[in-house]
Amino acid sequence: MKLPSLPSLRDVGTEARLLLIGIPVFIWTMLPIYHMFLFAISPKEDAFAGNLWPAHPTLHNFHIVFYQQHYFLRDFWIQLWNSTVIAVAVGALTLFIATAAAFSISRLRVPGGRWVMNLALFTYFIPAAFLAVPMYRTMGTYGLLNNHWSLILAMVTIASPYAIWVLKQASDKLPVELDEAAIMDGATTLQLFRLVYVPLMMPSLVAIGTYALLLAWNEYLYAFLLLSKDTDITLPVALGNFLAADDSPWELLMTTGFIYALPPAAIYYAFKRYMVGGLTAGAVKS
Amino acid sequence: MAITLSTSDHAIPSPPLSERLTMPQVWGIVLLAPYLLVFLAFVVYPVCYGLWLARHPSSYVALYHDPIFARAAVNTLIFLVIGINFKMVVALFLSGFFVQSRSWIKWLSVLFILPWAVPSIPTILSVRFMFNPEWGMINQLIFKFTGEDGPNWLNDPTVALTMAIMVHIWKSLPFWTLILMTGRLAISADLFEAADVDGATWWQKFRFITWPSMRTLYLTCTLLSMIWTLGDFNSVYLLTGGGPADLTHVLSTLGIRYLRLDQLDLSMAAIVCALPLVLPLVYFMMKRLSR
Repeated sequence: MKLPSLPSLRDVGTEARLLLIGIPVFIWTMLPIYHMFLFAISPKEDAFAGNLWPAHPTLHNFHIVFYQQHYFLRDFWIQLWNSTVIAVAVGALTLFIATAAAFSISRLRVPGGRWVMNLALFTYFIPAAFLAVPMYRTMGTYGLLNNHWSLILAMVTIASPYAIWVLKQASDKLPVELDEAAIMDGATTLQLFRLVYVPLMMPSLVAIGTYALLLAWNEYLYAFLLLSKDTDITLPVALGNFLAADDSPWELLMTTGFIYALPPAAIYYAFKRYMVGGLTAGAVKS
Repeated sequence: MAITLSTSDHAIPSPPLSERLTMPQVWGIVLLAPYLLVFLAFVVYPVCYGLWLARHPSSYVALYHDPIFARAAVNTLIFLVIGINFKMVVALFLSGFFVQSRSWIKWLSVLFILPWAVPSIPTILSVRFMFNPEWGMINQLIFKFTGEDGPNWLNDPTVALTMAIMVHIWKSLPFWTLILMTGRLAISADLFEAADVDGATWWQKFRFITWPSMRTLYLTCTLLSMIWTLGDFNSVYLLTGGGPADLTHVLSTLGIRYLRLDQLDLSMAAIVCALPLVLPLVYFMMKRLSR
């Protein structure tokens, strides 16, 4: 039998030790993000004064960004639009290509499917930065440089292998009897895909769509290689371009960065349920 | 963890769909075609082109004589061997911290995931300014408390590389902690209760219960992280730009440097040099994951 007891000295000690880990973890995690936020709400003089809280917090920086009132920001809205279009296109295209491929490999047992799966997995493990230079030249050969399609197709190429692999793992778990029952009822392959497979796979599809979308939104290296015109580039490339000047307006750079970082953080927390289940379970299988 | 049920389909002797009908097979090929096209156009062709660019033996001689290449190779090894192992040990430790059931730890774990959830470009630039020798927050605080000027952090190659590794750790630690947490949560609580009854110490519980059940997962994660970190371009490029004096390059940024200098064949040759190291790791990981 257990007796209710006051927190003992040992419990207090455990709690203190946990705090001793928790507080540094908190500071470590939040410092760069807080620093970014601090710059976003500081006038230039305050930002460069190195205080932990600005003497005169202001939203003026956001005003400058939204009204494009700086040389580095004159294409802010169109760059935000570029980022959005490219991310959504990559999400949709990856979802289409990967779902079709996973259905074909896992449910239809297309001959050679396993072989394709292994090839895809192989590309997944080759670091994307290794492929960047030949990809840049290849896009030049195809005449796609400085065209949004180059970045969209490159990101689809990078996102697809993992997407196919996760979706194949998930669809292998669906019982074969479902397909058989649907075919008994006279369903065609396409109906099987549309009416049975896609609805059952919804949670994994949400996870994969989000994964591809965020991958494209966050991409820097490919974006800065493949796009160069100020009105074509995405926001991260624009952020990188701030560094070109010696007297960069860092408070505006951080404000823009803060705005750019908000959507993925919001999407991550909104779809956390799907992301953590769908992605981490698939990421490492042992 | 994550024992998949995929083996159950393999146990069925004849694939029920593809043998009775040919229509599904046709559809199978049609549905696989988009990926195959993408694969041929944007993986096979660029890889072949890259290997073709790297065909000259003279490129390798040039690399051998380029001190920046040697430095980048050493930096990459330091990044992988020291950086990643340090990161994984911390992740293993923190996964034990985050599985504690306290409400404040739950809240902290929600915040802890932020570095992974936000894009790396603005946060890396934020760190970059934080360590600015004149205006950065760190040196201003050092000045306020000691009255002395802080060091010029990013101007020292060793410090700069260490900080690039730290930025990489900051970004990817949450992901690996999360993965290792799922591994820890999969261990049966009965084992720990039995150990408590027997009066086992914290270290004994780790040594004889936690570690044996997580060893495979831990090694898989370490290898995966090493492969992916080879392609980590942002942490170095956005923090140090390869400087000072091109002393902090890693293989992934070196390729871009050669591209800038219009030495495409060197850029590809540098990557080909890394392949003997990468391909066995990739092959090993594929074997593990495609079971």
